[in-house]
Amino acid sequence: MTDTLNETMGAIGRPIRRKEDARLVTGNTNWTDNIQLPGTLHMAFLRSSIAHAKITRIDTSAAKAAEGVVHVYTGADFPGQPGSTCVWPVTDDIVMSHYPVICEDEVKYVGDVVAVVIATEKYLATDALDLIDVDYEVLPAIVDMEAALAEGSPLVHSDKGTNRCYTAPVPFGGSYADVKAKADVVVSRRFINQRLIPTTMEPRAVVAAPMGMADEITLWTATQVPHVLRVLLALLTGIPENNLRVVAPDVGGGFGGKLQIYREEVLAVLLARKLGRPIKWTETRSESILTMHHGRDQIQDIEIAATSHGQILGMSVNLLADMGAYLQIITPGTPLLGMFMYSGIYKMEALDFTCTGVYTNKTPTDAYRGAGRPEATFAVERIVDELAAELGMDPMELRMKNWIKHEEFPYTTVEGLTYDTGNYEAATARALELFGMDELRAEQAVRRATGDPVQLGIGISTFTEMCGLAPSRTLGALKYVAGGWEHCTIRALPTGKIELVTGTSPHGQGHATAWSQIASDIIGVPVEDIEVIYGDTGRSPYGMDTYGSRSLAVGGQAIKVAGERLVEKARMIAAHQLEVSPEDIEFNAGTYSVKGDPEKATTIQAIAFAAFQAHNLPDGVEPTLSGEATVDPMDFSYPHGTHLAAMEVDTETGKVTLRKYVAVDDCGVQVNPMIVEGQVHGGLAQGIGQAMYEGAEYDSNGNLLTASMGDYLIPSAADLPSFITDRTVTPSTTHPLGTKGIGEAGAIASTPAIVNGVVDAIRHLGVNNVLMPTSPQNVYRALKAANNGGAA
Amino acid sequence: MTHISATVDGTHRQGEVEPRLLLVHWLRENLGLVGTPIGCDTSNCGACTVLVNGKSVKSCNVLAVQVDGAEITTIQGLASEDEWHPVQKAFKECHGLQCGFCTPGMIMASVDLLSENPNPTEEEIRDGLHGNLCRCTGYHNIVKAVSHAAAEMSGS
Repeated sequence: MTDTLNETMGAIGRPIRRKEDARLVTGNTNWTDNIQLPGTLHMAFLRSSIAHAKITRIDTSAAKAAEGVVHVYTGADFPGQPGSTCVWPVTDDIVMSHYPVICEDEVKYVGDVVAVVIATEKYLATDALDLIDVDYEVLPAIVDMEAALAEGSPLVHSDKGTNRCYTAPVPFGGSYADVKAKADVVVSRRFINQRLIPTTMEPRAVVAAPMGMADEITLWTATQVPHVLRVLLALLTGIPENNLRVVAPDVGGGFGGKLQIYREEVLAVLLARKLGRPIKWTETRSESILTMHHGRDQIQDIEIAATSHGQILGMSVNLLADMGAYLQIITPGTPLLGMFMYSGIYKMEALDFTCTGVYTNKTPTDAYRGAGRPEATFAVERIVDELAAELGMDPMELRMKNWIKHEEFPYTTVEGLTYDTGNYEAATARALELFGMDELRAEQAVRRATGDPVQLGIGISTFTEMCGLAPSRTLGALKYVAGGWEHCTIRALPTGKIELVTGTSPHGQGHATAWSQIASDIIGVPVEDIEVIYGDTGRSPYGMDTYGSRSLAVGGQAIKVAGERLVEKARMIAAHQLEVSPEDIEFNAGTYSVKGDPEKATTIQAIAFAAFQAHNLPDGVEPTLSGEATVDPMDFSYPHGTHLAAMEVDTETGKVTLRKYVAVDDCGVQVNPMIVEGQVHGGLAQGIGQAMYEGAEYDSNGNLLTASMGDYLIPSAADLPSFITDRTVTPSTTHPLGTKGIGEAGAIASTPAIVNGVVDAIRHLGVNNVLMPTSPQNVYRALKAANNGGAA
Repeated sequence: MTHISATVDGTHRQGEVEPRLLLVHWLRENLGLVGTPIGCDTSNCGACTVLVNGKSVKSCNVLAVQVDGAEITTIQGLASEDEWHPVQKAFKECHGLQCGFCTPGMIMASVDLLSENPNPTEEEIRDGLHGNLCRCTGYHNIVKAVSHAAAEMSGS
């Protein structure tokens, strides 16, 4: 493995060490919280400690008089001003919500903003919060989704007359009722896909300041979506878009949690403009856990119908999805992003899908790593295991019988997506080889036979997902208000160095390295001569940012086309200078040469200088050398893989141990296999986190009980094993680089693998379902319930 | 206000601080050493780990006045003038970081771990770093990096 390249061709496919790391391992970083501008004022938020209440009185006089306090604002100062917005009204009759920048007369979740202190120092701003006196009239908290939908339930939004946000019924394929009628076996389960908290290691942070040109406000913010945010800030605040610059500096993880427009961002911009001074806020972890949007939170009623020989006929999917108190950027759309994935890799005739979004007095939900697809994959992979148990079939055999065979691609699924390529057989064969399935099954049989208190289970997940959000027309058809294109500009500077401007906005993914590798292969310039510019609407004006494993799948295409356009322009200049026609020029590894006369040659760097000089350009060719492209993807891409987990369950204590995990993924062509593997590892940890450790818990009054890192358990190094990973490569045919996407695959695949393994370990004891996380308590309860004669 | 002085990354630093000022805020806000980030307020995440007199400490959990007279090393003082510390090199070589926010603390905790146990097993590394949380890497490559650094440092 080499770090730097002596040759320029063939950068794609190499595990090149990351360009990003030199700054990050030496502390020479640029997090938003690092920014210290002269004259900065600090924001601190008084947040509701009650889930649902009317604000009957606020007295800010003592806070206003406190040391260092410049202003205290309440909702009365910003009447009607929204603090966030929803860009995906999924149905015609959706009940939308107004998310106030500061609550005016009612708070709707613990963490809702009641007042804002502006002070000269951070500590003083926080001190003054204690001096604000608020009287509340407590209202009933709506916490449980089913209770929320019951007749006579108190309402989250009393003016709406209902807690039902929307119901989206979507029948795919033939009639599920018909296939159910002819099925020999019907299995149904209720799965709880619990609420999760993204827990990016970097909390949110903002700095907004009047900078540069007159009237311009620059917002530095820990966001995944500077471009989308700029548009929405303009729409929400009325500040002209051309007076707003949004910068995402170093961003410490996102996982969907920073795919948002937050009220703290809106307020920072409004107050920087109003006060003419820099405004800064960095959240505490406790604030983050309460008010960064949460993820998942679905009740999934799943039914599968099959023949006695194990042919799957159809599925019915009925979801309740918790919206929380308000709709944010894609709150209602998030569960629907999974809608197309419930049939997974399986052929079937019918799939009935219904999702009902429900308002509750809890933190709003929105995209979290996988956004809808992990929920779908969990449901289908779990129910297929339950079907196998019902049929008395081996769960892998049942999958093989029903999955799309590699020779059947391209294959149009029951949901109407056309999977371009895939090879489930190959990924599964490799995974089984790495796992040692036969030995583990033999050990499992021995443990069962001997009544070992520690039982062994095998968990399988043969998954696929969709990446590359998204063809803009498809998004339009789904009522999403924006498009799904991506932009790239590649500029060859006079000295032969390259600036690659991308509209993607990385926060740990290594785009600077991977994008350099792609461009290097296309324009023939060494990786180290390419600088990747991103995350700043001032320097990278066009983009749709980073989420949904779209950056490579869509942004990669833009790099390719932009690079090819640069190469073609340079070819015109090269031909002119070498005095031949462009058709007689060959381009290879950065060198333009005359066909049949390789001595007559020039380099792309020399052409860059010639284009700068412009002394000797062909007629009609403009000075400067660059290529630009905005690419709308022609289709989604469909990574897949086979994940296997060996789970030990202590039947006396309920303790679950992950003993071995094998992940074989197929993400098509890998630009940088080292980065791919890192993405898999991190995804696994998050998916395993959901399966084994994490879960946001509320009490019946709407108080978040898991409100610190001590209570909300993200896995530590001691909680996980090393992973066994490999890849099969089935290039995508809908993407010109053959790539698919890998950012979310690990998180999507691993959750059902773990839970299937846990259930498999104790199925012979009468258990057919275990709640997530599979904590000792939840496993013990499942065992106890089974022991008492009924499955959990 | 209380007067404190300390050697921070090899430089003598002093100042007047409020008794309640956290060490991490002294480093970041007063001294401008923003390489040490803050990830939580409950001493769970370890992102703010620095060395105080050679021992790893979560600097969000210590008051600035408590380090009066101490020798402090942050991520910004770990490398020598022309060479990274072997742990820094190993994190890059083994892809032990993604977003990089936990990295300063993870590296400082690893330095302390290796000073106490120069040849740790995988289990000892995982146990030794369980007070430092990472949300990107799944720890696989962090563990690899620490093993790699251990091998480099012991010359094997």
